[in-house]
Amino acid sequence: MRFGDIAAIAQNTYKENLRDKILYNLVIFGLVMIGGSLLLSTLTIGERTKIIMDVGLASIELFGTLIAIFVGIGLVSKELEKRTIYTILCKPVSRSRFILGKYLGLVITLFVNVSIMGIGFFLILALIHVVPNFTIVAAVLLIFVQLLILTAFALLCSTFTTSTLSAMFTLSIYVIGHLTEDLKNLALRLSDVFSSTFSSTLLEVVYYVLPNFDYFNIKGEVVHGVSIDPATVGSILLYGLVYAAVLVALSCLIFERRDVK
Amino acid sequence: MQVVVQTENLRMEFSLGLGRGRMVALDDLTLQVESGEVFGVLGPNGSGKTTAMKVLTGLCAPTSGSAWVLGQPVGNVSVKNEIGFLPEHPYFYEYLTAEEFLRFYARLFRRGGLVLSKRVDELLELVGLTRQRRTRLQHFSKGMLQRIGIAQALINDPRLVLLDEPMSGLDPVGRREVRDIILQLRDQGKTVFFNSHILPDVEMICDRVAILMEGRLLAMGPVRELVGSISVRSVEVELESVSSTEIAVVERMAEKVVVMKNYLIAVLPDMASVDEILRLANVHGWRLRAMTPRRASLEEIFLQEVSKHHHEIR
Ligand SMILES: Nc1ncnc2c1ncn2[C@@H]1O[C@H](COP(=O)(O)OP(=O)(O)OP(=O)(O)O)[C@@H](O)[C@H]1O
Ligand SMILES: [Mg+2]
Repeated sequence: MRFGDIAAIAQNTYKENLRDKILYNLVIFGLVMIGGSLLLSTLTIGERTKIIMDVGLASIELFGTLIAIFVGIGLVSKELEKRTIYTILCKPVSRSRFILGKYLGLVITLFVNVSIMGIGFFLILALIHVVPNFTIVAAVLLIFVQLLILTAFALLCSTFTTSTLSAMFTLSIYVIGHLTEDLKNLALRLSDVFSSTFSSTLLEVVYYVLPNFDYFNIKGEVVHGVSIDPATVGSILLYGLVYAAVLVALSCLIFERRDVK
Repeated sequence: MQVVVQTENLRMEFSLGLGRGRMVALDDLTLQVESGEVFGVLGPNGSGKTTAMKVLTGLCAPTSGSAWVLGQPVGNVSVKNEIGFLPEHPYFYEYLTAEEFLRFYARLFRRGGLVLSKRVDELLELVGLTRQRRTRLQHFSKGMLQRIGIAQALINDPRLVLLDEPMSGLDPVGRREVRDIILQLRDQGKTVFFNSHILPDVEMICDRVAILMEGRLLAMGPVRELVGSISVRSVEVELESVSSTEIAVVERMAEKVVVMKNYLIAVLPDMASVDEILRLANVHGWRLRAMTPRRASLEEIFLQEVSKHHHEIR
């Protein structure tokens, strides 16, 4: 197996992303917010460190999510609209490899941007003499893995629908992904109230199919100085990677069947 | 002769959206292109030329019928190693330089150790963009984009080259350059399948042409034969020393007479009147300066076929 073609597409995607003005604006906003947390913390009574950690991680997540959605939805649709895809698909590149290359390119983009924001965050922490421990680094890493799922979802949408709809779907999955615990609770309630198991079973299925973004949220632990053991982080990581891989595989499957007109 | 492109009863329908019915873009298209040919497809806008290209390059699956390229069903990934394609109105990654652009496409071929930089240099030379190799495509003119697009199609040294309107948007010099490239490809033994609106270009370089109309094949054959089937339409004769009183004699036989300063041009409808004029010239002592048979150009045949078709469907 050679991966030169996938690497070429990934690299080209990354290059293209770098030219996107939205991307720069989002990263700069993210950095400004992370820096702003320092200012905010001096104005408030309470624990500086907690505020900086909270705002910093939330900024990385928010702006990372926006990048994942706005860059992710254009991945395939832009190539279709500009018809650059014709010149690629008439080369011996299967559609799956094209999708893999596009995804990989965006993952690199996300990695670079989350790293930049992460480094900004660590620098601010250094200013208040906090040395990042394993849990803090893990928190940033898990945000990145959550973005991998979100991007894969944006990619999946963009293989069959327009960019506007993809953006809406991806945004909804982001919101729903944070509500899955509530869904499960709702399921429990329902089975208490009605003796029928149908609605609760349905909700339970939905609960297991939808991504659970709460797993990736360890801000609370970071802020309160609770440490998390590597095994837990490892299992969340695995969950995220498997979930993203399934979404990418689905995207490939759909795109293989699609006519490029 | 090896058959390079073959289609059988190809039909392509596009859905126009719910409740709007379907558009037939290709209708029972059967054709064959042999190895080493330059094959041109002519047809008015919307006649299905681009659709045919998309089927042959495996971008669209036909609704029914079948197509083979180089002996394999279209869409096979292995076939794509042997073909090159220039899409219509190509848009490219404008942030890449000419050189990066060609390297990108070269990397899509997973052949180990492809002698890359040499091929890139050769192609830049072929399309005359060596000096612009480090210029980003966003600064390219339309003609330059078209040429880098052709270079892209040739990156794998393909046996079959498919070009969708390679001359569109080019000035006469640019068109000539593209014609020269196509002829050069033919000299290298490659098969070229292209379509164009610019009839004189097609006439000049094609071995065979097909005329497409509303997805149907109207005529196909060697340019000479298509032109010859209409045969000689008229003959233009230039005569000197025709006195002003004798002009009326010529006018009686000619479709049209143009009197110049010291000669006249007579357009004669058929060979019989040519014989007659030559006899009269002998009698009156006119001198024959030139005689040119006027054949129908491909353009006239094209227009004729298209209007015939319009009559048929009415
Ligand atoms: N993706 C599509 N969806 C719906 N209809 C399509 C699609 N692509 C082409 N068509 C229709 O199919 C017909 C043939 O189109 P095609 O692009 O093949 O024509 P063409 O001969 O290349 O025309 P031109 O000379 O303008 O490039 C047209 O009527 C067009 O409207
Ligand atoms: Mg066309």
